[in-house]
Amino acid sequence: MIKARVTVTLKNGVLDPQGKAIEGALGALGFDGVGHVRQGKVFDIEIDSADKAKAEADLKAMCEKLLANTVIENYTIALN
Amino acid sequence: MKSAVVQLPGLNRDRDMIAALTKISGKAPVTVWQTETELPDVDLIVIPGGFSYGDYLRCGAIAARMPVIQAIREKAEQGVKVLGVCNGFQILLEAGMLPGALMRNASLKFVCREVKLEVANAETAFTRAYAKGQVLRCPVAHHDGNYFADAETLKAMEDKGQVVFRYAEGTNPNGSMNDIAGVINARGNVLGMMPHPENLIEAAHGGSDGRGLFASALDVIAA
Repeated sequence: MIKARVTVTLKNGVLDPQGKAIEGALGALGFDGVGHVRQGKVFDIEIDSADKAKAEADLKAMCEKLLANTVIENYTIALN
Repeated sequence: MKSAVVQLPGLNRDRDMIAALTKISGKAPVTVWQTETELPDVDLIVIPGGFSYGDYLRCGAIAARMPVIQAIREKAEQGVKVLGVCNGFQILLEAGMLPGALMRNASLKFVCREVKLEVANAETAFTRAYAKGQVLRCPVAHHDGNYFADAETLKAMEDKGQVVFRYAEGTNPNGSMNDIAGVINARGNVLGMMPHPENLIEAAHGGSDGRGLFASALDVIAA
């Protein structure tokens, strides 16, 4: 069993209204020195295989086809 | 002119769309379920609004991967007209049939109100009944209508007249770039828009500004 974590984040230059709202809320809670906040998504995916290379290729295809919208989002894949 | 309306779990504006198409063309549209791969021979396919798959992952993301959308893509490549309204627009973007993406409204709020729409391009198969610069009333109801495209894409679209509708008179409800409310593909047969023209087609709606869009697409005289 391979466990993977896929992280999807907004590309630089894409406005993130939710990140902005969180940034404002952190400031309102009194946390000083909070710079930009960007919100993203995390997917924990189990893959029933021992072939890490294949799993990585499959995960990349999953990101391209569904998990990320590459018009606005970047993704990273971590295996453990 | 024959039309079809796509039905997917979570789409809820299909009945309004069916009513509008029936009233304007005099013929009820065929309904098409998400698993269908053989589409009927029609001139216009409409993906209506709603919340397909509960807006999970991203609005329209799951719906865009359904077999029917692949079948619609093939029809569009043959020149059949495709209209996506609201969630239908989000689905067309997620399917890569139109450029750009729709983000969460800048206000972070769901907006349900009437806006003013400027017809930015009246030379499309969907807007022939209007005049360039004409301002229409149109309802909107969405949470993710904030249009985004990178600078290069946006410029190319503006240069080619692919921006068809803009929010006018300061009524941009969502922070959309360049006040974009609706865009068309380069070929001119796939239109996506956030506002709901199907909800302003007769006196009972309080106006009929949306009628011209369907009259154009269905080749009937606007009344």
